[in-house]
Amino acid sequence: MPRVKVARKSTFIDMTAMCDVAFLLLTFFILTAKPRVEDPIKAEVPVSSKEKAVPEENLATLTVGGKDQVFYSVTGSDIRQEALKAMGDKYHVQFTPEEARKFANIEIFGVPMAQLKSYINMDEDQRKTFTQAGIPTDTTNNSELSNWILTSRQADKALHDKALDIAIKGDKKEQYPMINKIITVLGQQKLFKFSLITDLKMAPKK
Amino acid sequence: MAELDTSGGGKHKGGKVRSKKASTRIDLTAMVDLAFLLITFFMLTTTLAKKKEMDLAMPDNSVKTAQLPVAATRTMTILLGSHNKVEWYMGETGKSAPTVDNFGKDGIRKALVENGKNVEATHAAPDNFMIVLIKPSDKSTYENLVAALDEMNITGVKSYAIVKILPIELGDLQKNGLY
Repeated sequence: MPRVKVARKSTFIDMTAMCDVAFLLLTFFILTAKPRVEDPIKAEVPVSSKEKAVPEENLATLTVGGKDQVFYSVTGSDIRQEALKAMGDKYHVQFTPEEARKFANIEIFGVPMAQLKSYINMDEDQRKTFTQAGIPTDTTNNSELSNWILTSRQADKALHDKALDIAIKGDKKEQYPMINKIITVLGQQKLFKFSLITDLKMAPKK
Repeated sequence: MAELDTSGGGKHKGGKVRSKKASTRIDLTAMVDLAFLLITFFMLTTTLAKKKEMDLAMPDNSVKTAQLPVAATRTMTILLGSHNKVEWYMGETGKSAPTVDNFGKDGIRKALVENGKNVEATHAAPDNFMIVLIKPSDKSTYENLVAALDEMNITGVKSYAIVKILPIELGDLQKNGLY
């Protein structure tokens, strides 16, 4: 029987097309990726069947969780800077331009005004290990939380001529009195429309 | 055959310097490897499930406006107690015994749908939708509140509000061990 000679084929494959696709996808993912903001507390939000997406701009978020702590974040570094200036005037804390610039990069924070200056001057790693006490809150309209919301709204109005949206991001195990307190704080500023951040659960079939 | 040729120009023969024709094919394996590694990384780090929001409108209680009288039989009150349980009753406080229920398809949702139909059947046409009052007690959680509001959305209740709980209703919850 004659030996069947298998022709030796080259193992080289043309990868140009594969490479093209790979880089196309890579570019897409890089461009759509948004750095995830690490929350200082784990707020596990409840589920609902609402399908409206949270806006990405013009939004102030009050994160409630942990030991009834409130953390504040507002979109837009210009609003943050402006709000910090107004808050500094109100509480007689002077912030240098350098500090204001640093603060503009802090996405979410939960420290009282008295600690804010030292918090801003920490570096990234120190901030991560620092336990934030939460923003002082009570039901009067002169608490720090209330003032942060007010100054941010004023800054948004002055800079963009828009009305700032407010969202509450609460941990699902949070007790109702704390949520009620936040709603009262908002109510005192005549904010009666706001949103609750939830995770999507499929709506049941009817 | 497909690697980048780095061997220079070849032998000098005669006087003419002839550069060797290098292959234009480059080994792309490593590049593709890296590209896919990065793709995997970005795919895994991007959040695909975006957070959703639920709009909530609270009444402006700073201005006192003339309030419309509403038949008590049209209102359903839901009390949010502890242990993820609710109590509900129709009509006025204390007149009818509350029913203890839980969240979910067979609990409060069923009651909402049934009561809604009842109200619609027993009242005259323009004002025959049910009004739901949600009264969270201090022992209920945020999750309960959101779940209750979500039930309003699912069952299509047109008119609902979050109202402060009354002491007598707290007593009711206490009696049933939900406070």
